[in-house]
Amino acid sequence: MATITFIQAINEALAEEMERDPGVFIMGEDVRVGAFGATRGLIDRFGAERVRNTPISEAGFTGAGIGAAMAGLRPVVEIEFASFFYCCFDQVCNQAGKLRYMSGGQVRLPITFRCVYGAMGSAAAQHSEVVYPQFLAAPGLKIVVPSDVADMKGLLKAAIRDDNPVLVFEHGRLGFTMGECPDGDHVVPLGKGAVKRAGKDVTIVAVGAMVAKSLAVAESLASDGISVEVFDPRSLVPLDEEGMLASVAKTGRVVIVDEGHARGGAAADLVAIVVDKGFDLLNAPIKRVTALDVPIPFSPSLEEVVLPNEEKITAAVRAVLE
Amino acid sequence: MDAGQLPKEKLFSLYRTMTTIRGFEEKLVELFFSGQIPGFVHSSVGQEAVATGVCAALESSDSITSTHRGHGHLIAKGGKLRPMMAEIFGKLPGYCKGKGGSMHIVSYDLGIFGANGIVGAGIPIATGAALAAKMRGDHRVAVAFFGDGASNEGTFHESLNLAAIWKLPVLYVCENNQYGEFTPASESTSVPDIAVRAQGYGIAGVTVDGNDVLAVYEQTALAVERARRGDGPTLLEAKTCRWEGHVVGEQAFVPEYRPAGEVEKARQLCPIDRLRTALLATGFVEEAELDRIRAEAERELDDAVAFAQAAPRPGPEEALTDVFA
Repeated sequence: MATITFIQAINEALAEEMERDPGVFIMGEDVRVGAFGATRGLIDRFGAERVRNTPISEAGFTGAGIGAAMAGLRPVVEIEFASFFYCCFDQVCNQAGKLRYMSGGQVRLPITFRCVYGAMGSAAAQHSEVVYPQFLAAPGLKIVVPSDVADMKGLLKAAIRDDNPVLVFEHGRLGFTMGECPDGDHVVPLGKGAVKRAGKDVTIVAVGAMVAKSLAVAESLASDGISVEVFDPRSLVPLDEEGMLASVAKTGRVVIVDEGHARGGAAADLVAIVVDKGFDLLNAPIKRVTALDVPIPFSPSLEEVVLPNEEKITAAVRAVLE
Repeated sequence: MDAGQLPKEKLFSLYRTMTTIRGFEEKLVELFFSGQIPGFVHSSVGQEAVATGVCAALESSDSITSTHRGHGHLIAKGGKLRPMMAEIFGKLPGYCKGKGGSMHIVSYDLGIFGANGIVGAGIPIATGAALAAKMRGDHRVAVAFFGDGASNEGTFHESLNLAAIWKLPVLYVCENNQYGEFTPASESTSVPDIAVRAQGYGIAGVTVDGNDVLAVYEQTALAVERARRGDGPTLLEAKTCRWEGHVVGEQAFVPEYRPAGEVEKARQLCPIDRLRTALLATGFVEEAELDRIRAEAERELDDAVAFAQAAPRPGPEEALTDVFA
């Protein structure tokens, strides 16, 4: 078990999968230098053919990745910031997400899209957004949001091996966090959530970077005698409904924490699923902690108002216990 | 190119493909108006020489991406009439089990990476197929078919740039039929000859008479040769004319938008008549042989229609399959 950073976990997953399968290659803006460090050094090991620097041309290289995947390669396409997905929305939603279905199952699309998402401090609205809800509404795409070092590595390896389009959202704030990562071929299957902390009074379902915040809240509430369970779905598509509902059955009280917006967001979707399938398990109305429904602001004083934080999560947990 | 330069079998094959495409599209118009086809269809009547000439210069292992007006490209690349027709009818034995329809036919085994309902969307996909070919060194080429309208899409420009910097074995075939939906190219496109846009990306650009199947074939063969040699992409613009509207049945909801006599004039330049005349002029092709090819195509089309009519629709269990591999 080695202690590494979140970014190293990405780098190791990429290197191991490229080593394992010659069809895996990386394509995206600045992957040669590795602007965020995740792809750094891979060009020295695998060469410029397989660590393919692209122009700033999201629709073009995303579409090219899809074509290469259809032709049998296994591209890992880097979209630097999640908001840049808007520049290639058609290729991701209309093409990657639909071509298998529309072809009656003829086409395989083993393509992974990686991006940095979320607010990392005064990056303003076009570099801070949680973009995955837009893709939740587009069938045919798998969505992965790792919350810690071990999951980052294991989920990315599973994503690359998957024969479908998988979007992996890596929170910018997690980049330099450290964590333990199992040795060897560590693969975490998509669609299998994890109880990151066991508890009996309240379930927090937390997505991505919100897991660490929720764990901190759980720890501090424990001293008040409140036992919080933290469930991390790890992938939103496929979703481990069974695992989530099992936790709800245990506690009967639910707080859903996601950095995305309230309206049309992942938290809203998870609430709907819990209500649809587990209404009888609930002893209190569900609370959500999300970003407020405005673009993420630039100034630190405003950003703090808009984003979820430990204080807001704590208040929500106390509210569902009332 | 003179017809006499090609072997008789190749010439017959061109004629067979063009008459099949024409017959297919004409049948669809009839079937559409008799209410047998769900959704809507886009006819490529008048543009047969482009699909036929381009695909005649390809190998079966090469791939294409096509457009919403794609029946011709698919037939020319080897698409079988029964599963094509069944797909357009929304029937289970269709190429896509009735999940794609007219605008979305895929035959992966034939290298047909899909017709596409989104203008310009197939262009980067073909670029990626070419990237895969280059990375594997398998000497395949990829062709993106698209219209003049798509040459104003970002995907067109982004793809040409990518293919140029990476010297990809790809052929961008712009089927310039002078209309993007209901608006003439002269109002929407900055240059009359779209091939000049190749200069902006430092790649070869060629304009060809898209009603002359032999010229299309000749220029495609040159471009394919360049691509296989490693000399990079070509933008091939084939000027042609859309005889039908944007969508079959549009008269019911759009006012007339084409100048009087435009289509009649185009009919004078019928690409099939033109090939027929060229074939007969060789001296080694008999009229009866061409009539026989046309009659065979007609029989095959009737068979495909009967097959599609009799075929079952997909059952409810099909709705939820094929989302993920």
